[in-house]
Amino acid sequence: MTKSRIFWGTLAPVAAILSSLIFVYIILTIRGVNPIDIFAEMVSYGFQPRNLVSELNQTIAYYMAGVAAAIGFKMLLFNIGIDGQYRMGAFFGAVVGAAVNLPPILHVTLIIITAMLAGGLWAAIAGYLKVRRGISEVISNIMLNFIAAAIIAFLLSEDLLGTLPEGSQNLQTRKIPLSGQMPTIKAFNGEIYSFLFVAIAVGIAYWVMLNKTVFGFNLRATGLSFRAARSSGVNAPGMIFITTILSGAIAGLVGIGTLLSDTHSYSMAFPAGYAFTGLALALLGRNHPVGIFFAAFLWSFLERTAPVLEFEGVPPEITIVMQGTIVLSIVVAYELVARVNLRQQQRAVGKVNAEASSLKESQ
Amino acid sequence: MVNILEVDGVEKKYPGVIANQGVSLHVREGSIHAIIGENGAGKSTLMKILYGLVRPDAGVIKVFDREVSLKSPQDAIALGIGMVHQHFKLADNATVLENVILGSEPSRFGFAIKFEEARKKLVEIAHTYQLDIDPDESISNLGVGERQRVEIAKVLFRGAKILILDEPTAVLVPQEVSELFTNLRELVNKGLTVLFISHKLDEVLAIADEITIMRQGTTVASRKPHDTNKKELAELMVGGELPRPKAGAQNISSKSILTIKGASYSRADGREILRGVNLDLHGGEILGLAGVEGNGQSELIELIMGLMRPSSGTVEVLGLNTVTTPTRDIRNAGVGYIPQDRQRDGLLMSAPLWENRILGHQFSQPMAKGIWVNKGSAAEDSKRVVAEFDVRTPGVNVLASALSGGNQQKFIVGRELSGDPHLIIAAQPTRGVDVGAQAIIWEQLMKARTRGAGILLISADLEELFSLSDRIAVIYGGSIVSILNPSTTTAEDLGLAMTGAISA
Amino acid sequence: MTAKTPEKKRSKAKKFFTSPARITLAIAGLFFIISLVELITGATDITSPGTSGATLRFAIPLLMAGLGGLWAERVGVINIGLEGMMIVGTWTAAWFGYLHGPLVGFAAAAIFGLASGFFHAVLTVKIGIDQAVSGLAINLIAAGGARYLSGIFFPPVGGDRTVSPPVDSFPTFTIPIIAPLLEKIDSQNIFFISNLAGVLHGLTKDLSLVTVALLLLVPLTSWILWRSKFGLRMRFSGENPMAAESLGINVYRIRYIAISISGMMASLGGAYLALVASSVYREGQTAGRGFIGLATVIFGNWRPGGVFAGSMLFGFTDALRVRQSESVMSLVMVAGIVAAILGIYYSIARRWKFAAISIGVAFFGLWINQRVDIIPQEFVTVFPNFTTLIVLTFLAQRLTPPAMAGMPYRRGSE
Repeated sequence: MTKSRIFWGTLAPVAAILSSLIFVYIILTIRGVNPIDIFAEMVSYGFQPRNLVSELNQTIAYYMAGVAAAIGFKMLLFNIGIDGQYRMGAFFGAVVGAAVNLPPILHVTLIIITAMLAGGLWAAIAGYLKVRRGISEVISNIMLNFIAAAIIAFLLSEDLLGTLPEGSQNLQTRKIPLSGQMPTIKAFNGEIYSFLFVAIAVGIAYWVMLNKTVFGFNLRATGLSFRAARSSGVNAPGMIFITTILSGAIAGLVGIGTLLSDTHSYSMAFPAGYAFTGLALALLGRNHPVGIFFAAFLWSFLERTAPVLEFEGVPPEITIVMQGTIVLSIVVAYELVARVNLRQQQRAVGKVNAEASSLKESQ
Repeated sequence: MVNILEVDGVEKKYPGVIANQGVSLHVREGSIHAIIGENGAGKSTLMKILYGLVRPDAGVIKVFDREVSLKSPQDAIALGIGMVHQHFKLADNATVLENVILGSEPSRFGFAIKFEEARKKLVEIAHTYQLDIDPDESISNLGVGERQRVEIAKVLFRGAKILILDEPTAVLVPQEVSELFTNLRELVNKGLTVLFISHKLDEVLAIADEITIMRQGTTVASRKPHDTNKKELAELMVGGELPRPKAGAQNISSKSILTIKGASYSRADGREILRGVNLDLHGGEILGLAGVEGNGQSELIELIMGLMRPSSGTVEVLGLNTVTTPTRDIRNAGVGYIPQDRQRDGLLMSAPLWENRILGHQFSQPMAKGIWVNKGSAAEDSKRVVAEFDVRTPGVNVLASALSGGNQQKFIVGRELSGDPHLIIAAQPTRGVDVGAQAIIWEQLMKARTRGAGILLISADLEELFSLSDRIAVIYGGSIVSILNPSTTTAEDLGLAMTGAISA
Repeated sequence: MTAKTPEKKRSKAKKFFTSPARITLAIAGLFFIISLVELITGATDITSPGTSGATLRFAIPLLMAGLGGLWAERVGVINIGLEGMMIVGTWTAAWFGYLHGPLVGFAAAAIFGLASGFFHAVLTVKIGIDQAVSGLAINLIAAGGARYLSGIFFPPVGGDRTVSPPVDSFPTFTIPIIAPLLEKIDSQNIFFISNLAGVLHGLTKDLSLVTVALLLLVPLTSWILWRSKFGLRMRFSGENPMAAESLGINVYRIRYIAISISGMMASLGGAYLALVASSVYREGQTAGRGFIGLATVIFGNWRPGGVFAGSMLFGFTDALRVRQSESVMSLVMVAGIVAAILGIYYSIARRWKFAAISIGVAFFGLWINQRVDIIPQEFVTVFPNFTTLIVLTFLAQRLTPPAMAGMPYRRGSE
């Protein structure tokens, strides 16, 4: 049973990645370059130690976004608001971190909690609108992403919370003092963010909560059937609300690794687009923490190695197209696998039924 | 008279299920032909085949003596076959006229709809067949009976010669049923043919010219109503005698476990659904709740389970005030709940059975240990339920959606009776299940009663109510209009009470 | 059935509330207030011809995205991919326009837009994957694909390949007699009348034929939805596809067609951005307009006229932001006055909750007016997003989205 489950579970992602590779292969061939050479070059470049470190650091951020999306998916929530929630988390984490002076561990903890609170509270708006007003979280979150970006852009102005360091074009928050920074692990000619351990802890906590606890059962039950969960005694609207906040809180941590170990301040240079990436990774990793990790690594790998393409005269944006096709093929593959799976089970049940009736006839 | 429709040797198989096999049916023109059979006998599949929604694997269908192949409803409509579905297929956000003309719109150049011409035709049809409908009314403003008339008008608008009505009386109150029968007679008098699917023997005997009986996916016999009786039809339907619940010894305790005092409930739009309901239920008692669907039963259940709050009055379950007690605590106190819509309210369809066993019991031992879910005991107890309630499944890791309706229901009943609850809310516990499952469910409910549990039985099946209940409360328009003693009441009296005609 | 009469009454009341006469009256009233504010503050840019002309130019892309959203949602499928489809439009219009002239550019945008819509239809209708996933993936692929193709096809401008070579622009025309007449009235400085003439003047001069053609799609869509056979089937595909299917209608086919047209509409909106509002393709040119188009669908309550009104409103704020940020302050004043009037109205009607909210908003407007010199650009930019959230929050119960919009539907399901 478990063996076949692992088979069915990995079949879809593998098929999806393969089909996108084929897609890119064709595109590269049309471009007149040898795809195999390019792939080989990308792999050898991507696995150079220095590049591995930066891929790992990027993986941390993607991983957080993926887990945040996965929690939402378990509740049938499509948290496209991760973008805004991550911004809120990183921004307010940076602002609070720069404003206080505390002993090291406490300082870092405060920043992390602030980020989770900011992300969670921002997500709570969409949660409230969904639970109390019946508004699709997709629409409200898209709107909230724009609003979050505007609020932060506004607060980053120089007379409010932003500064413009000399020689910089980029408005940013004030620097977080040393006590509020997280050390890095020096390895492979690079520095790995120690926030990695927080990410691992979040992944484990997520899995245990979901699969082993009553809370997780209630969460999944509500996602599977709101009405059945409600009839069973779960406060289903409350669960949706809490899950939205949880997802937002994790999303609030997306930028914290970079913030605490690298930039030490928030600026407009913090990238956008984490929402879609998070959703894609959760889909690709089947909402499983280990699966999401591999998916996140794949994503970082593709991004890190994209410049290799440019040397060969291929615009590197082809990797974005590839990410898009991976997502599409993965959901298509799941849809097909799920149908086959259900049919198999129905057939097994039908067999039992038939046996039982023939037994009855013969008696 | 000639046969307008002939079906011979029709067969349809699904993965693991034989839905139809060797089905034969001969329908005379200008008659009302009833098809009866218990749930799962293959009636719906046959209807879907006749309407082109499902394609048979084998067999011959002849309309007006010509062999036809029905690939889609369009083909059926073109041959003059129309279907009135049990679940109305109407868009609330559109007018009667729009709903009726959809798919056969009279138009200019195939594009611009000629609304005036369509309206004229619809008014004419309504007049000819004495259907009372207003073309410009929005569907959202219509009641059940009116909606059904729109469905019939839809079929007539397409010039149907054969009307298939799938369980048309399931949702109607008795007056509406007699109105419908008048309408059907009118249709037949004007030369149309009606195919009437039902499992209610009384109705079939009252309206049909000929009756075909189905059992286990095949047609077993045909009868004329004056040559047969209820008993014979029942035996043909189930292949033996209809099971009857065995009455157990009465053992009603003096302790009231459910007390409802003056409970009222109004919807957000101000509509009053429940008005001052008073009820009480004792341990060891089965209290039947009779009433036409939509008279406040669902809301009453939700109040008892603490899923909604009454606008006034109190509901007390096992000494707990359900207004202030969350549903989980009500459940924990020992309440089992068999919901009316099992797939939506009772199961996580895409979760395995063992997880479904936890549902509703996740807040207490043995399904939970503190904050942790106890998978071991859930799986083990699922196996017990599967064995005790004869749930046909290869194992407890199977998804709930893979089981048939009857087996799903047996699993739910088994789950809700686990842990010996003191109060059981059983809403339509045997709806849509076959006779075998029905017998098991009845037996288990009676066992719970003997043990001393109180059961609130909400059912549309009057026979079920009569044979299981110690008392029958009748709900009409949101009020309890009478409480009857099943041993001294006739079905006719109960029926009258359900329509609000009498109140005690 | 007992509740039938009050419901009927309510629907009649609703009809009166949304009747054309009433709406005209409301617009006139609003316009009166605006004129008044302009008189007080001396700012005239709100009703200047330049602003109304710019409003139209900003509104058309939003309108097209909105109509695109409408066509898809009316058949029950939400199109989050509008943004990506607009990108398809900007790129193909610019590239083919550069090669063969702007007309060919538009035609190419229409064809590729149809194709992108068809792609969304295949994924959501035929295969049945999540509509949001499909839409977002289309956004990603379109954005990445456009950048990839730019890198290959566009001649570099100083090492930069994010901008296309310029395309010839479309001729414009001014409506004779009417436009000059309006200009004359505008210059007379008569209260209200000159303000009105100013706005209309902006809408009648320097018009592009494309603008007029695209505007005609609003009544056309209306007519199709409510008067045509295909429109009736479209609406049922979104309201109750099971009903349509049971009458032998091929719901999948209807959805394929409508969603393809949805893609074409959005793509034409993109083409307008590249060929009429400017004369090049520029990376990031769509700037989230696809999502605002989605917002206009909600704001417009899934009706073509409503989508038009929404895009004009959002286009208007865009125009003000670009032209003269100070004018936004006058708008705050207008909003404050409207809120105050509503507050009084609700107090008389004894609907205290609404009265309290309105008066609160009025005081908030007054406070901003006193304390803030200028509304930050950022907030003006997200005005459409914010408005949509507010509309959803307070009017969600009044909105009538297609019943099955966003729900998965398989052929043969009950």
